[in-house]
Amino acid sequence: MERDTHFVTGVYEDEDVLLQAITKVRSSGIKIHEVYSPYPVHGIDDYLGYKRSKLPIAAFLFGLLGTTLALTMQFYMMKFDWPMIIGGKDYGAFPDFIPVTFELTVLLASFGMVGVFMVSTNLKPWAQPRIFDLRITDDKHVMAIDIANNSAMELAKIEEILKSSGASEVNKKSFE
Amino acid sequence: MAHDVQHYNLDQKFDFTAATKKSVFTVLGIGAALLVIGILMAMFGGGHGEAAEAEGHAFHWYERLYANLWINNVYFTGIAIIGVFFFAIQYAAQAGWSTAIIRVMLSLGNWLPIAGVLMIVTFFVANHDLFHWTHAYLFDKASPEYDHIIDGKGSFFYWPMAKGTFPVFYIFRMVLFFGFWVFFFKKFQQFTYNEDIIGGTSSWYKIRSWSAFFLIFFAVSSSISAWDWVMSIDTHWFSTLFGWYVFASWFVAGLSTITLLVIFLKSQGLLEMVNENHVHDLGKFIFGFTIFWTYLWFSQFLLIYYANIPEETVYFIERLSSDIYGPFIFVNLGLNFVLPFLLLMTRDSKRHGVFLKLVCALIIAGHWVDFFLMVQPGTLGHNGGVGFMEVGMFLVYGAAFTFVILSSLAKGNLVPKNHPMLEESYNHHI
Repeated sequence: MERDTHFVTGVYEDEDVLLQAITKVRSSGIKIHEVYSPYPVHGIDDYLGYKRSKLPIAAFLFGLLGTTLALTMQFYMMKFDWPMIIGGKDYGAFPDFIPVTFELTVLLASFGMVGVFMVSTNLKPWAQPRIFDLRITDDKHVMAIDIANNSAMELAKIEEILKSSGASEVNKKSFE
Repeated sequence: MAHDVQHYNLDQKFDFTAATKKSVFTVLGIGAALLVIGILMAMFGGGHGEAAEAEGHAFHWYERLYANLWINNVYFTGIAIIGVFFFAIQYAAQAGWSTAIIRVMLSLGNWLPIAGVLMIVTFFVANHDLFHWTHAYLFDKASPEYDHIIDGKGSFFYWPMAKGTFPVFYIFRMVLFFGFWVFFFKKFQQFTYNEDIIGGTSSWYKIRSWSAFFLIFFAVSSSISAWDWVMSIDTHWFSTLFGWYVFASWFVAGLSTITLLVIFLKSQGLLEMVNENHVHDLGKFIFGFTIFWTYLWFSQFLLIYYANIPEETVYFIERLSSDIYGPFIFVNLGLNFVLPFLLLMTRDSKRHGVFLKLVCALIIAGHWVDFFLMVQPGTLGHNGGVGFMEVGMFLVYGAAFTFVILSSLAKGNLVPKNHPMLEESYNHHI
């Protein structure tokens, strides 16, 4: 069986039941592929045991890049490439460069962060989203379990655990 | 997301133990000793007194004492009123996360009555030694010292009396601001402690209404008090964002004080419902408003630097080109922007005490330097500086302030036990 193609999905009606179910399913040794919900469920990442995102590091590094680029650009332009006296200041008038430096820092930090986020979550325009259940855009929470990833456990057993954890339906879903 | 009901001790009070009192009094003692050394040094060691006397204006040691009193009056008044302001913000914004620490914020206001008395007394004692505009000859057209710029601003201080007599308008504002601030503080205190007895939501609604009025009043009074108490020292000079700059300085220092108090109370085993999520939010406030302060500081600096108009640049030339104050400009920016910005950037440093405590201490010292730079160059000129007197006076004020706040915390319940949003505060999670 190929990885990432055959799934068991548990459909949950209520977010509290869902959160309890996540704890239960995880403690029974099943690896959860992903949980889909129509709205952000507060604290769900802790229940799923997700590590904190490394996105802030990317933001910091891109910000640093912006600062460096902005200062280098301005010093190069204003002091070496085409020296100009503006307002009677020195060629390399550091305070004058701060507003542009600030703007470029913010711009690169935010664009870089958005870019890294899109790459890391596979949010490209031509990406084919996998809809595990159409109702996740309406009123149902869906827990997806990759069968290949849980091959140590029998399928019937997984379904039973999902059912007993409060899922209103247990379905199968395959992708090509 | 804990859904079980928490059982916290809601009748807890801060116990101002003899050991804590002792350490506060030790700081007070060290401060007083340094202050006395500083005064003695200034009295007997003033080497450049004669040179200045030849120019017609003799420098006296007590001018430095007055300047120090004024720095700390303004600074600690600001920290105290920010406690009340932040309390009012919580109600106006209908915030629930902060409920457990709301009385820690309000407790800072206990310094306000003392600060008001100190401020008015210092003003009358120091008078000419702090405020150039109090000299009557500046407004006398016959006098060779007549100053038409200050004459133009004179009504702001002296209206409705004749310029150069008694600064009625100025004193009126000082009394009005302190009066209203203390009035609102007492109102908030009365309602929040009354809530412990009567319960229900009526106290909450009343405080919210009073908060709205207080915030309107504070929006105006904080700016004007900054012009009156700080900007009028450099009477010729003006800056349109000065009020917000002083407010930002107060706000960051006040937030740091609140955070330090919360961490201290937690270390005493109190406020167990306050966890790292609440501390994180306080840390974010400090981080954000540190940048806000820097933004205002830099906005003021850049425009003056860029426009290069002599009557504006004099403020920075006086400071940057001075051997005494020049280095402190960079100390100011380092303590109040660079270090907090880098140290508080990560999530963990805002959630766990050690870094946050360090940054709060740096900021409280840093914003004292900020006020030092606002007050001393205009009052003392080359006779100023950071010496024993400055450190001593700061410690004396800090210890007295701490003593007043901690005694007030020991009097009432720490947690508003009937606050309608207390449960929300328990479950605050970010």
